[in-house]
Amino acid sequence: MPTDAELVARCRDGDPDAWRELVERYARYVYAITQAFRLSDADADDIFQETFARAYERLNTLRDDDAFRPWLASLTRRLCIDRLRAGAREQPFEDPDIELAAEDTLEQLTEAFDVHAALADLPENCREILDRFFARDESYRTIADALDLPAGTIASRISRCLARLRDTLGEETTTEARLEG
Amino acid sequence: MTPHHEERLADLLRMLPPAPRGWMEAAQELPLARPGLDRIVARAEADARFRELLISDLESAFAQEGVQVEDATVEAVRRRLSLP
Repeated sequence: MPTDAELVARCRDGDPDAWRELVERYARYVYAITQAFRLSDADADDIFQETFARAYERLNTLRDDDAFRPWLASLTRRLCIDRLRAGAREQPFEDPDIELAAEDTLEQLTEAFDVHAALADLPENCREILDRFFARDESYRTIADALDLPAGTIASRISRCLARLRDTLGEETTTEARLEG
Repeated sequence: MTPHHEERLADLLRMLPPAPRGWMEAAQELPLARPGLDRIVARAEADARFRELLISDLESAFAQEGVQVEDATVEAVRRRLSLP
């Protein structure tokens, strides 16, 4: 799987497939940030599009290609805050602590992104079942039908796959510690 | 990254539901189509008849300008321009 830096470099060279892959990689992340700020669907859609449009236009200003994620998060966050404050000028906030709560969520989203990325190291069947159950909130029955599996086995499969994901992340943590040590 | 318990992993997976497909497809295509879209907007500003076409039939306006875009992009532009 190409790194962010590789995709960014290819985007700068005008490779449209690299841009599509970068958007696919970060769509959930940017979407989750807009949801953390509790924007309306219409505002969230606007901010989602504006974030990626600006990111594309400003790729040349990114100083460290490996820092694409924090750069994109910062861009999204800024646009969300601007939209909230613009809305507040017309109509006062229902919840004045919304920005503070969103900042807390943003920290967790970074961790969530790493966990989601680790799914890529799991076999396809595990990736699919964990994503469908947790991220897409599908029922055992829906998952069983979609993956052509007995419904009675879904819970145990989820449990096994979650354990594999934990082990995968554990291995990464050990490797990181070894490299840092 | 810190070690995770499985419940925590489940919570973190729940935090990243997929973005609506149309949003993602538009974000993938819109920046690539932007030069063509800018040309369309400029022409709409200078040409009243073209502006009417744009409002009445966005897809034909794109085709007339030789801009190829996905359905999701057309929808995104429609929303941007607040077209029905």
